[in-house]
Formats: sequence, structure tokens, C-alpha cells
Amino acid sequence: MDGFGSDFSAGGSGGKIDAGTIMEQVKVQIAVANAQELLQRMTDKCFKKCIGKPGSSLDNSEQKCIAMCMDRYMDAWNTVSRTYNSRLQRERARM
Amino acid sequence: MSGFWRLWRDQFSQEHVDRFRQIRGFTHFPGCSEIQKILSVCCVFQVHSFTDVCWDKCVDSPGSKLDYRTETCLQNCVERFIDTTLTITNRFTQMVQKGTH
Repeated sequence: MDGFGSDFSAGGSGGKIDAGTIMEQVKVQIAVANAQELLQRMTDKCFKKCIGKPGSSLDNSEQKCIAMCMDRYMDAWNTVSRTYNSRLQRERARM
Repeated sequence: MSGFWRLWRDQFSQEHVDRFRQIRGFTHFPGCSEIQKILSVCCVFQVHSFTDVCWDKCVDSPGSKLDYRTETCLQNCVERFIDTTLTITNRFTQMVQKGTH
């Protein structure tokens, strides 16, 4: 990844295309997309688990449930990520 | 041989089938863009997909921590989902090659 930017600038009329900058922007976009994906699914799951019949506001127990649910969802995400990565490594070792 | 399978068989030479198998493998989340594949970040989006499915299978009500049973269920879920993906991919490519239904 290093050394990308220096070799790829198109000088000339001041329009400089820096591949390194583009890479950084892409990484940011991916990070944003990753966070959006996480939040969207987490919201969906925790709404299903925590809100029974929707009232006129979120009461205390619902708020607590949501907080706990978020923590557990992220724990689950980490477990899945670890399991998936080690399975990938095993499959790659076999190829 | 039905028209459906003839069409598939004609499209899928052996080389095609092997590549299809690789692509269809669990390392490439369907929604991945080309740039994401280059940066090897498709894995992250696959994790989102697995977590979604396995949460429904394994977590009844969220407690103050994930207990041992739930952790084990999540791990098994990921492994079995991948096994299922591989089974389906392999069987499907066999079906295409044989042209049977």
C-alpha cells in the first residue's frame, strides 16, 4: 500500500490524481458502509427483541433492553468474525 | 435433457465450473464491489450476513453477557452455514455437469 501516491500523480494543469488519496477515500467509504451495515442490522434485531407492542415512547425497560442487546450483538459479531476467519484460514491451508 | 439444464451445461465448460465454484465460495459476499474484492474487505460484509442469521438461531433474549451455550451455538452456526454453502455449490456444479435435475 505504501508508495502508491508518489508514482501516480498526473501533473499538468493542476489536476493531480493521487492514487494514495483515492485509496484513503475508498477505505473511509468502506468503513462508513461497514458501520451502516452493523447499525442497520443491530437496529432490526434489537427492535424485534426489545419492543413488543409499540407504545407512545420507549420506556425504561425497553431502553435497558436495547443497550444490552447492542452489547450482545457486538459480542456475537466478534464471535462470528473470529470463527469465520479461522475457518477461512483452514480452508486456505487446504487448497 | 431439459432446456434449462442444456442451457447451463453449454454455458459452463469445466473451466467455467471450477471458476464458478471459486467465485461462489463463501469468501465472496454477493454484494461485494470489485474494489472491495481488491482490498479484501468482502470478509467483513460476510460477517454481517452470518451474524444476522446466527443471531436469530442462537440468541433468545439478550442478557448481561453471552453465555457458553450461545457462544458455542454461534460458532457452530458459522461452520455449518459454510458447510451448507459448499455442499450446495458442489452439488449444483455436479448437476450442471450431468445435466440432470
